[in-house]
Amino acid sequence: MWTFFHKLGSPKWFYDISGKWLPWFAVISALLLVLGSIWGLAFAPADYQQGNSFRIIYIHVPSAILAQSCFMMMAIAGATGLIWKMKLADMFVKAAAPVGASFTFMALLTGAVWGKPTWGTWWVWDARLTSMLILLFLYFGIMALQSAIEDAATAAKASAVLALVGMVNIPIIKYSVEWWNTLHQPATFTLTEKPAMPAEMWIPLLVMVIGFYCFFTTVILLRTRNEILVRERRTNWVKKLVTKRGAL
Amino acid sequence: MRASADIATAPSVIHIFITVLKRDLTLAYRRRQDLVNPMIFFIIVVSLFPLGVSPEKSFLQEAGAGVVWVAALLATLLSLDSLFKSDFEDGSLEQIVLTPQPLFIMVLAKISAHWLVTGVPLIILSPILGVMMHLEFETIKVLMLTLLLGTPVLSLVGAIGAALTVGLRVGGVLISLLILPLYIPVLIFGTGTVQAAANMLPIGGYIALMGAIFALSLTMSPLAAAAALRISLSN
Repeated sequence: MWTFFHKLGSPKWFYDISGKWLPWFAVISALLLVLGSIWGLAFAPADYQQGNSFRIIYIHVPSAILAQSCFMMMAIAGATGLIWKMKLADMFVKAAAPVGASFTFMALLTGAVWGKPTWGTWWVWDARLTSMLILLFLYFGIMALQSAIEDAATAAKASAVLALVGMVNIPIIKYSVEWWNTLHQPATFTLTEKPAMPAEMWIPLLVMVIGFYCFFTTVILLRTRNEILVRERRTNWVKKLVTKRGAL
Repeated sequence: MRASADIATAPSVIHIFITVLKRDLTLAYRRRQDLVNPMIFFIIVVSLFPLGVSPEKSFLQEAGAGVVWVAALLATLLSLDSLFKSDFEDGSLEQIVLTPQPLFIMVLAKISAHWLVTGVPLIILSPILGVMMHLEFETIKVLMLTLLLGTPVLSLVGAIGAALTVGLRVGGVLISLLILPLYIPVLIFGTGTVQAAANMLPIGGYIALMGAIFALSLTMSPLAAAAALRISLSN
């Protein structure tokens, strides 16, 4: 366990091993996403109240889950980077911020599209919606801070502090539907209880959530590997790698 | 022998707090125009709403508290850029960071000074603006109470953003981008309290939540701002 953690300190080791993981994650996420979308969009039964419009849940819920867990991962990685000065954690924060922002945007967009037929409006100032919007602004803030500070190490530390401070918003989003009586329905999935919807509906959703996680991992691995190459461009192993590729 | 004598004569934490507070208040007093500007800005922003939206009494009573709160938030934001900037430019910030006393105590002193020179005047001005917005006397009292609990949070949380951006050229705009999302909960509860009071609803729960936000930011944000200052000064 600890050996693994120590090995994460070496960007070269991570670059090598993530190259081996990458095809697996890419293939699995493609399979799960195709399977989940076809199952959810074509074969899952229609909702008795909302009809077919509920099917957007298969995009909406996974992106909302990812939007929040991406921010939590960034905060954990930020803390790791601040405490153990791990370069890889810094690179993860930088790689994850735009991805998390796009998932948040996707959750808001699909939510608006879903809200129009069911609530009769694109947008309400509901606690869940507002706190997701704040999350999007927090992602923008981290991205702006990253690009404003030229020195990579300082930028990473500064955005780690901001990610940790921004963590206060995560429990607010999570419990907003329970604390305030608002329009948005409570969580679809919880770890401890059985979902309220029938199995034919939630199994494809679960497939989509896992597929989104795999997709997220694929994108993050790609972006982190890119970042490793850029930051370690002066080291011997990167030079060797590039010249070897060039010679082939 | 020497070391123990040093420890005995080293200023205590409270002494350091008071010294930094006095220094910042003196500096603020010597640049009085900088103190007045956020207040004028506060009044102008509030007076834009009746002119820009509607001077109807019913609208102003409805929106007044929110308008005063948003204006207070923007006025605080405007003054945040200077919180560490001048100390950073003349190098005294580095000396503060280098002292052996805990940095967050001095950061807390600077934040307290900032609140005393920007937050307190806003609270004092708010009843006048409340009257201009046709708020009831009871509502104005609640508005002042929420500002009393809320403006320290604005200074405390804002200090994190000011500390993160202190060495940057683009400071001003970036602070708004980093800090405004974190201000939203304070704004929601601040205006929520006044709305509840205006509708004759109990406000105890709201006040307790604002107190909790204040307590959380008082304990956490000096530490975060101190860490951010060290990061900003490290390059």
